Amino acid sequence: MERKEWPLWEVFIRSRNGLDHKHCGSVHATDARMALQAARDVFTRRQEGVSIWVVRADHIVASDPDAKPEMFDPMEDKIYRHPTFYKLPDEVDHM
Amino acid sequence: MHLDYLLRLADNALILGQRLSEWCGHAPVLEEDLALANIALDLIGQARALLTHAAALEGNGRDEDQLAFTRSEHEYRNVTLVELPNGDFGATTLRNFLFSAFAARLWETLQTSTDAELATIAAKSVKESRYHVRHSGEWVIRLGDGTEESHARVQLALERLWPYTAELFSEDEIDRAAARDGVGPSWASLESAWSGEVLPVLHEATLAVPASCAFRSRGKFGVHSEHLGHLLSDMQHLQRAYPGSTW
Repeated sequence: MERKEWPLWEVFIRSRNGLDHKHCGSVHATDARMALQAARDVFTRRQEGVSIWVVRADHIVASDPDAKPEMFDPMEDKIYRHPTFYKLPDEVDHM
Repeated sequence: MHLDYLLRLADNALILGQRLSEWCGHAPVLEEDLALANIALDLIGQARALLTHAAALEGNGRDEDQLAFTRSEHEYRNVTLVELPNGDFGATTLRNFLFSAFAARLWETLQTSTDAELATIAAKSVKESRYHVRHSGEWVIRLGDGTEESHARVQLALERLWPYTAELFSEDEIDRAAARDGVGPSWASLESAWSGEVLPVLHEATLAVPASCAFRSRGKFGVHSEHLGHLLSDMQHLQRAYPGSTW
């Protein structure tokens, strides 16, 4: 049997006091407008947000989990990239 | 005294809310299950506010619960359209669209009611009903202009439901008195605005609008279809069997 599934949409919501949209889940919907409504109905029932983004899941380009060692492990020993690595002169300490 | 005018508003919301709650756990997809439950809860919230207000106006000690759970069929003032069985998802959605387009217009006008409490309820409800119009309207377009099967189903639903929409605009003394006192519009006055909103959507959905006919349902006058009694026996069972019980 042929199954025609609706596409999956990733949902990002900005809360009342939030500055950025945060990923909160996904919905299935026929198209962008219905995805926005589904996101509203599924994820903002308790006043969680004042703005919604939806993005088709297959439009998101994601890093390969198998590539984790070469992608992210090399940063492990680069502690000098954190500002806390540096001792500031007394005059500008407590920045 | 506009008690009957209020009961018409309240009962429309309560009965459609009860009908839509039948979908809980049965909608075709999770997203719509929540959407329908959200709409049902909006409507039941509207009904509670209106029945509380109506009970206060009636002033003989009844409360919202007694009005909801102890009135019998002929005392209900909802239009017949909202008590009809749900049918399939397409029919449910189409009814939501036809009704909420009417309700949104009504709430808009009621925001300037001389009844301050009613105006407050309207200001809150108009936002809810506008979303119901938007959500159900988008669905009507997609189902009507969808597959052969979805088109056929929603077209059939339109042919069944359309004759019941005439009741929304049939006028009587209760309407005229409400309009005269500035309580709210005569429902008949909303017809052209309603058509102006509904017809373009039906057209976009490639649905053929049925010709008007002489049939007039009379639910808002207390004369209901055979379906309301069954709905009430379900909804009122607990309060009828255990009067006054709370939990």
